[in-house]
Amino acid sequence: MGENDEIIKEFLIESNENLDRLDHDLVLMERNPSKDILTKIFRSIHTIKGTCGFFGFSKLQAVTHAGENLLSLLRDSRLTLTPEITSGLLAMVDAIRQILAKIEQTGQEGEADYTVLINTLQNLQEPGASPQPPEPPAPPPDAPAPPTETQPKEPPPPPATPPKGTQNTQAMGEQAQAVDKIIEAAELHGSSSVSDTHIRVDVGLLDRLITLVGELVLSRNQVLQFTSTQENTAFLKTTQRLNMITSELQENVMRTRMQPIGKLWNKFPRVVRDLAIACGKKVHVEMEGEKTELDKTLLEAISDPLTHAVRNAVDHGIETPQERAAKGKNPEGQIFLRATHESGHVNIVITDDGSGLNIDRIKQKAFHLGLITEEQLEHISDREAINLIFLPGFSTAEKVTNLSGRGVGMDVVKNNIERIGGTIDVHTEPAKGTTLQVKIPLTLAIIPALIVRCAGERFAIPQPNLLELIRVEETHQSIENIKGVPVYRLRGNLLPLVYLDRELFKDDPDYDFNSIVRDKINIVVLQAGEHQFGLVVDSVSDSEEIVVKALGQHFKSLTIYAGATIMGDGKVSLILDVMGLALRAHVLSDTENKLLSEKRIVKEETASHDNRQSLLLFQSPDRGRIAIPLAMVARLEEIPSSSIEKAGPLDVIQYRGEILPLLHLHQILPERRKRLRNNETSAADTKNNMLQVVVYTHNNHSIGLVVDHILDIVEEKIERQSPGTREGVLGTAVILGHVTELLDLKGIILTHAPQFYGSAPDQKEKTNG
Amino acid sequence: MVKTSQFCTFHVDEFLFGIEVEKVQEVIKHLEMTRAPLAPRIVTGLINLRGQIVTAIELRRRLELKDRSSDSSPMNVIIRTDEGPVSLLVDAIGAVIDADEESFELPPETLKGISRELIRGTYKLKNKLLLIIDIEKALDISVS
Repeated sequence: MGENDEIIKEFLIESNENLDRLDHDLVLMERNPSKDILTKIFRSIHTIKGTCGFFGFSKLQAVTHAGENLLSLLRDSRLTLTPEITSGLLAMVDAIRQILAKIEQTGQEGEADYTVLINTLQNLQEPGASPQPPEPPAPPPDAPAPPTETQPKEPPPPPATPPKGTQNTQAMGEQAQAVDKIIEAAELHGSSSVSDTHIRVDVGLLDRLITLVGELVLSRNQVLQFTSTQENTAFLKTTQRLNMITSELQENVMRTRMQPIGKLWNKFPRVVRDLAIACGKKVHVEMEGEKTELDKTLLEAISDPLTHAVRNAVDHGIETPQERAAKGKNPEGQIFLRATHESGHVNIVITDDGSGLNIDRIKQKAFHLGLITEEQLEHISDREAINLIFLPGFSTAEKVTNLSGRGVGMDVVKNNIERIGGTIDVHTEPAKGTTLQVKIPLTLAIIPALIVRCAGERFAIPQPNLLELIRVEETHQSIENIKGVPVYRLRGNLLPLVYLDRELFKDDPDYDFNSIVRDKINIVVLQAGEHQFGLVVDSVSDSEEIVVKALGQHFKSLTIYAGATIMGDGKVSLILDVMGLALRAHVLSDTENKLLSEKRIVKEETASHDNRQSLLLFQSPDRGRIAIPLAMVARLEEIPSSSIEKAGPLDVIQYRGEILPLLHLHQILPERRKRLRNNETSAADTKNNMLQVVVYTHNNHSIGLVVDHILDIVEEKIERQSPGTREGVLGTAVILGHVTELLDLKGIILTHAPQFYGSAPDQKEKTNG
Repeated sequence: MVKTSQFCTFHVDEFLFGIEVEKVQEVIKHLEMTRAPLAPRIVTGLINLRGQIVTAIELRRRLELKDRSSDSSPMNVIIRTDEGPVSLLVDAIGAVIDADEESFELPPETLKGISRELIRGTYKLKNKLLLIIDIEKALDISVS
């Protein structure tokens, strides 16, 4: 249509204006028949007829044509105006209105049948047929038209005289009412005309309403906080009502901006059809849950990503009919779209029954593009491999066309979805198809958020970014430092940490970092795109529904904030933008290769110049403290003392299918052990017969150091170092306020198990023999 | 008859400043403020003005005057802008003054630096000089 749209719009506006006048003129003519008015009416109908013929609206043309003929007879005085004729003409005007409304909505004339009306209008042209029953002149749009011939003539015909007296006007009025009733009934039955039940409202007004409701919600929250100190039951009841009404009002006002997803989906059958033809494929689209509603802005935001995904499904997912037939599938491919509501989210699923993602090809592609290393290529899981398609640069137009999987610009799709707080997930089954799962919030204006405190201020973190909360008692769990980036070991993965206060007050001269002592820390684990990081905050408060408000011009360049909100107590809190925060703290670049093995990072750690070190602390035989760098520790094990075997001069145990030589710390550091040694060993033996072993690995060979008691893992700056006073000790330092010896592990091994470094295989033979 | 303009006046440091009265939405007492870390230095924080979030600009910092002593609390002059209200923090509020157009003069030579950029001109009052702030420039941090 395009250009035609404009012309049709003009036609509609003009015709509607004419119709309004027609109504008026027809009623006027009832009272006072005049040639002038009749000519005007005739001209209006004639204009509509002419224009609709030009657009090819044949139904409208037929209706107006019948009306025009009747009017021309009246104009030429070959017919006198009767109430029947007037109601016939009014019915015609209503029919024209209906058709115009349909055209405005759909661009089509609609399915309604107007033959009854046309026949009525034609019958009225014959003077003899003028006495007419108050027959429904306009049939209900969707009801099947009754056969014209069998028009019931039961009701007594009203007087066929021109309307002059009150009686007649009254009769006319009644008839008009009857017509109205019929039309009303028609609307109630079929597809009711939207214009009667809907009004157009400026989106700006809706936005203002939403803002005001947001305010009301906040005021309500304040009142509720206040009620906790009140005991007046009447007051409590009132606030309860206020609470309920506010919630309902909020819900309904939010719904005013809601639009069904079908509005967006409607274009997909066409998109798919065109693309399928272009690719020589047959694809059928099916939809479920088109009526699922979501916020207008969100609907606009997901339009492009979803279209992209659907195009991808046709282009890369569905096979050609030949391929499908060969695989025993229906030659016509299926794309299934489903939208559902789920606890404040909209789930959108796009499924195709195509070939599925070719995981090997994706891995190869990612390797060739340098996105993963050769080592990762081997170890990467299928799940992780699928997610590679979301990496930026994974596919640029031409490069991908020869990849049989999907992935054209999937990073863009993902980014767009994530920008509105959504998530996207892919599941694939070879030869069975691919499913794309998109989860987006219902609305952006009110979001659930976690409130945290930092440096005396509250900050809100949008819930969708939140993964978990961890409280670390630093004395038990370690925060390590890798290349100057603090990390926390979360279930075997390294989680980079960002200290919120350090990020926010880095340049603030008034903020005294030294005054902050953290013996326990709160980590909020957040998801920023592909990456996770831990945000260290002072404390974690509640989860709350907050109203997102925009920040002023002075915050334009600050990507760290997503907006601000007003808390229950009326104070303003800033909303953190997790992605912006991650970018600012540079946690993304460091973890870009999160597939990196932990070992490699640990290697980097030892090479790090940072003089803060993670140390493993254990008790020396004489109850002193000994430390070794944690980086040297491969594992900590607990073994029963009964499993120790002898192999030549060394104690060994069988460990992970290998033989692990053991060194006993209390034998190695003999100097001061006499005093307590007997005590110690007997204690270890009788208590639980379990030995603490620190495993050190070098060149794929391990050696175990048996210690009495492991104390802690700490991160410390090693200061005030003095040289060692005995063999096997590098020196002493003050760690956590205690004088601690630094163990020379390598020196000890060289002294007590020299074969470990030299020719480890020899040692194996020795121990075997 | 001499043409006059109305100005909302206020004191900052030793100076008397004025802003066209139609640009001032309202004047309010000091409100509790939320700090806005990383925001430009002239932004002291955010206030809740009847449900609207308003950025508070410290006029002393904007004009590169010395900071206000911590024991006195500033007043908020709420300015209408195209992008919603903004609050200017000032020391004290003066009267609304009708100033003769005839007494208008360009900023005195003694004004230096940023103030010269942000002061549109002066009116000579009986016993004091009224400095008229170019509010658009004052709120635009790119002007320095």
